[in-house]
Amino acid sequence: MKRRDARAFWLFVGPFLIGLAVFAYLPIGWSAYLSFFDARNTVTPTDFVGLDNYGHMLTDEPFLSSLGTFSVFAVFIVPLTFVLSLALALGVNQLRFARAFFRSVFFLPFACSYVVASLIWKTSLFSGVRYGLANTVLGLFGADPVAWTGTVHPPLYWIVLVTARLWLQLGFYMILFIAALQRIPRHLYEAAWLDGAKPGWQVFRYVTLPQLRSTAVAVLLLNLINAYQAFDEFYNIMGDSRGYPPFARPPLVYLYYTSLGSGGQDLGRGSAGAVILALIIALVTLLQGRVLRFGRTA
Amino acid sequence: MHNRRNFLALAGVGALTAACGSNTGRQGDPPPSTAYSAGPPPSDTPKVALQQWYHAYGEDGVQEAVKRYAASYPGAAVTVQWNPGDYDSKIVTALQNSKVPDVFEAQVKIDWVRQNQVVSLDDVIAPVKADFSPAVLAAQTVEGKVYGIPQATDTQVLFYRKSLLQAAGVQPPQTVDELIDAAAKLTKDGVKGFFAGNDGGVGVLTGPLLWSAGLDYLKGGNREVGFDDPRAATALGKLHTLNTNGSLLLGAPADWSDPGAFIDGLAAMQWTGLWNVPKIRSAFDDDFGVLPFPKLDGSGAPSVPVGAYGAMVNAKSAHVAEAKAFVKWLWIDQTQNQLEFATKFGFHVPARQSLIDRADNLKNGPAADAARFVKENSHLVGGPVWTQQANTALSDAAAKIAKEGADPAAQVKTAVGVAQSELKRLFG
Repeated sequence: MKRRDARAFWLFVGPFLIGLAVFAYLPIGWSAYLSFFDARNTVTPTDFVGLDNYGHMLTDEPFLSSLGTFSVFAVFIVPLTFVLSLALALGVNQLRFARAFFRSVFFLPFACSYVVASLIWKTSLFSGVRYGLANTVLGLFGADPVAWTGTVHPPLYWIVLVTARLWLQLGFYMILFIAALQRIPRHLYEAAWLDGAKPGWQVFRYVTLPQLRSTAVAVLLLNLINAYQAFDEFYNIMGDSRGYPPFARPPLVYLYYTSLGSGGQDLGRGSAGAVILALIIALVTLLQGRVLRFGRTA
Repeated sequence: MHNRRNFLALAGVGALTAACGSNTGRQGDPPPSTAYSAGPPPSDTPKVALQQWYHAYGEDGVQEAVKRYAASYPGAAVTVQWNPGDYDSKIVTALQNSKVPDVFEAQVKIDWVRQNQVVSLDDVIAPVKADFSPAVLAAQTVEGKVYGIPQATDTQVLFYRKSLLQAAGVQPPQTVDELIDAAAKLTKDGVKGFFAGNDGGVGVLTGPLLWSAGLDYLKGGNREVGFDDPRAATALGKLHTLNTNGSLLLGAPADWSDPGAFIDGLAAMQWTGLWNVPKIRSAFDDDFGVLPFPKLDGSGAPSVPVGAYGAMVNAKSAHVAEAKAFVKWLWIDQTQNQLEFATKFGFHVPARQSLIDRADNLKNGPAADAARFVKENSHLVGGPVWTQQANTALSDAAAKIAKEGADPAAQVKTAVGVAQSELKRLFG
């Protein structure tokens, strides 16, 4: 690289690198440091406790429960998001007119604040009173109002959480798939037709899907990581000023209450939980990448 | 936006004003302060700058009032910062390494004291300590030292529509079973019997249910768990009945602290704060009454939770002495301001007993009843020694009992275990 190019590189990349170091790597390192101390209400602890915080978190029923709950959530939300966003992408990509319009329509929710969407879902669409949208529809069929976020048997709150997440995220993954679809060379389809492949499922199965492999694996990985990092919609839909119920409590919400709970901050245990969660995400991601052969082309 | 009621909504915090009004033997003006010597400096001394933090009160006029109080202080240039959002987390974070704020409102936690983040205000409060009930001070006291001067007292009560109860042939409930029975009978024509929050009462009724059985969060000078008792399981089990018999309003647009569900006719009874009296009176005139949370049985007692923010001083402030002098001036000497702060912008009970009798809007009707409940039946929610971990464990237990039908005895046992380990951590 020429000296002038190097200067330009650091000029443009430097500020972001500094930001990344100060606001990402330093806190991660500090968090790892805190995880070995009794760090209640302090970020400069002196009471070294070794692996005690890790031991506590690994035997802490609410933390383990949050991990279990979200593994189940990931099992459902990842395939659901994958299939629906791919279907949307295929549908929008085939439009002959107003394609840009529909692409924008489906993508726009991604630009919406999670907090705003959560509050709309909680207080308007899935409000428990008779004039909530979902209950209004049910009322047309003579059904009584349903407490969507408060009903545990059956766990109706998942409908609220999953639909909110789907509405917010589908558009983004749809765009990724559309970009991948548009990169598939036209001649591959022509060759398939010449070889007698039937339009529809056969072409999709043997041409389109293999060509989407890299994007599909990336979407799956991003989805999985996002599932474990879920916070905003859960915190705003299920939580209130008094706290958060034990059901549908994702790891980050639990760690938030542990680390930054009102009146008391246990940064040692919260950091240990964060490190454990990061390791789990890394492990699952690596495993998934290996199984799906991430990085390889069709 | 947060408002004054939300300090009661925060886990493990609170204050108590039991037996208010009787232990000073004085009427009218509170006693003057004489013991604390740090006062406003001479007028020719350059003023130090102090920063004072409040959470964002919801009632109109409070912000202007506290700014006016600060501006009129002669001893320092006090800047008021209004903090919307999660104020309590913000304060905890600020206290860790910051000199700002110098003065702030909060409820002390034992870990703050252990980390030397706040200073004792014993010398500030000493001359008028008897004017606050011991219970109010308990919310600001850790191991014998006072760290906050209580500013005002809030409480929650059971609001009920007189006409709806009369039409259903229901008497105001005096026991928990009567409350459950009343809620069921009042549930008809699209109106639910009772609303205690969208979490089914887990957040706001856990404390009252323990008190209804004669139990508490902690006991024995905060060194023992207060609900290690079979009656705790019995009391919390009532929450499951309420959540499963179809009489509880769930999923309301606004939560328990807002009177919307009650005013809109979605529920015949609602557990909410005294601060809602003006709005409810405006909607129903005299067609409503208030009750404490009922007793579990003959061995229990009715209750109301109380709490109060106290004015505290940051130990890392560059001007601790000046900050203490300001706190003394505002929350000890300026009784007229204290009375206005508590009663002009909503329904709150003054923190000082001598001021309660001067509060005109607490002399009649439901407000007077509530003020009486505060004197006779009030309990502290959690307290300085009740930690976040213990509170999460108890809250989880209550939620699992109420919502999932979990075994109350097993859930209480789990919560007791966590609370005991927290006490062991704190006191060895």
